[in-house]
Amino acid sequence: MSDSQTTRTGSTLVKRGLADMLRGGVIMDVVNPEQAKVAEDAGAVAVMALERVPADIRRDGGVARMSDPQMIQEIQATVTIPVMAKARIGHFAEAQVLEALGVDYVDESEVLTPADEENHIDKWAFTVPFVCGATNLGEALRRIGEGACLIRSKGEAGTGNVVEAVRHLRSITAMIRRCQSADANELYAIAKDLRAPLPLVLEVAETGHLPVPLFCAGGISTPADASLVRQLGAEAVFVGSGIFKSEDPVRMAHAIVEASTHFDDPSVIAKVSTGLGSAMRGWETSSLEQRLAERGW
Amino acid sequence: MGSVGVLALQGDVREHLATLSALGVESARVRTPGELDAVDALVLPGGESTAIAHLLVTSGLREALGERLAAGMAVLGTCAGLILLAREVLDGRADQWSYGALEVSVRRNGYGRQIASFEAPLELADGSSVPGVFIRAPRILSRSSAVEVLATYTHADGTDPVLVRQGPVWGASFHPELTADTTVHRLFVESL
Repeated sequence: MSDSQTTRTGSTLVKRGLADMLRGGVIMDVVNPEQAKVAEDAGAVAVMALERVPADIRRDGGVARMSDPQMIQEIQATVTIPVMAKARIGHFAEAQVLEALGVDYVDESEVLTPADEENHIDKWAFTVPFVCGATNLGEALRRIGEGACLIRSKGEAGTGNVVEAVRHLRSITAMIRRCQSADANELYAIAKDLRAPLPLVLEVAETGHLPVPLFCAGGISTPADASLVRQLGAEAVFVGSGIFKSEDPVRMAHAIVEASTHFDDPSVIAKVSTGLGSAMRGWETSSLEQRLAERGW
Repeated sequence: MGSVGVLALQGDVREHLATLSALGVESARVRTPGELDAVDALVLPGGESTAIAHLLVTSGLREALGERLAAGMAVLGTCAGLILLAREVLDGRADQWSYGALEVSVRRNGYGRQIASFEAPLELADGSSVPGVFIRAPRILSRSSAVEVLATYTHADGTDPVLVRQGPVWGASFHPELTADTTVHRLFVESL
């Protein structure tokens, strides 16, 4: 018998489950309802509602905070796909506001200015699921230990340069392989070195993947970038500045969606890359004054 | 029985493949019309229905799948897959299309946004129970007399059909592929 007494919301399964539903797809940063519509029309699986894309946050400086609820609600009213929004690292009050607004995923994001230099949000306390960035396996498992239901590489947001995302993905997947090949005695030392919860290290060693989906973010700006990170093990792609800072956002959005689905078919990547116009200009990461990936611990 | 394909444009493809594999069924990913030709039945997975619909068009699969459905191929759609099979979709995009192979009317996100996503036990026609996982799930509002109800969800305000069948076409509001229970896939495979 089923009845309302046995109905459970906010379980780990339904929180991680939404991330499973996004696999293979593209999540696009949008700053207004018009961009959200472009994203949905192009086949995005979700949008990230924020006031400024990372490239503009980088340019403008100042403190970057949670977006105005009105803007988030306008985007929720415009599209039928999931709407995500960002809270500052450690700023659980911003996350509470986003949950009250009914956003579908909260990104506890290094793109915004951190609110707490020691603690991330206790994500188990929420019904809404969280995605967090990571640069390596230890960081990913610490976030999962705090309740994150989806991990993305941090990359270096707003640069249009995929090099940091590749570094982070490779670091995570290489360390997972190392865990798989370690013997039982070594796993305790690995957990200590990673500063990661032992049960999660043991789980990774046994399954060969994170307990939650692994997506890629940070610097993806062409269809070939999407193909690259998908082939490196990312199960879906976040694109921040890469679409709406390109010459032809509508075409770029469509092309990156195709590239994520058909990531292992170079003939498709070639076709969608042809005559696409220029990608966002981008930054060499060695020239950056502010490294966003260093935020969070 | 031949092989069962899983539409692999986007969504939780891996879980369906794993469930079919656990049942000893030969399965394959389907992303092109050629790959669709090679399978005898198809699973439409969970995911975002608007994204999958878009990718069906750009991959050339929309027409190819429509022809197979018209020819009577067995199909199981879960969540987004149910939406793609439904005759009527409410609260979708203005230009949302679906195959209409299942004479049901569904409301997208009919149980609410993600914070309302839930788990609950479901009741099969024989009185047994299967676990239900509903994620931004479509709600079946009405159906024609040709549609058989195989499982229901009872809540404070009533009882909803959540697993339905019209001949070879099956649809579930929930995600049987996200749990270890293989009942729904087994029933579908046994019907082939």
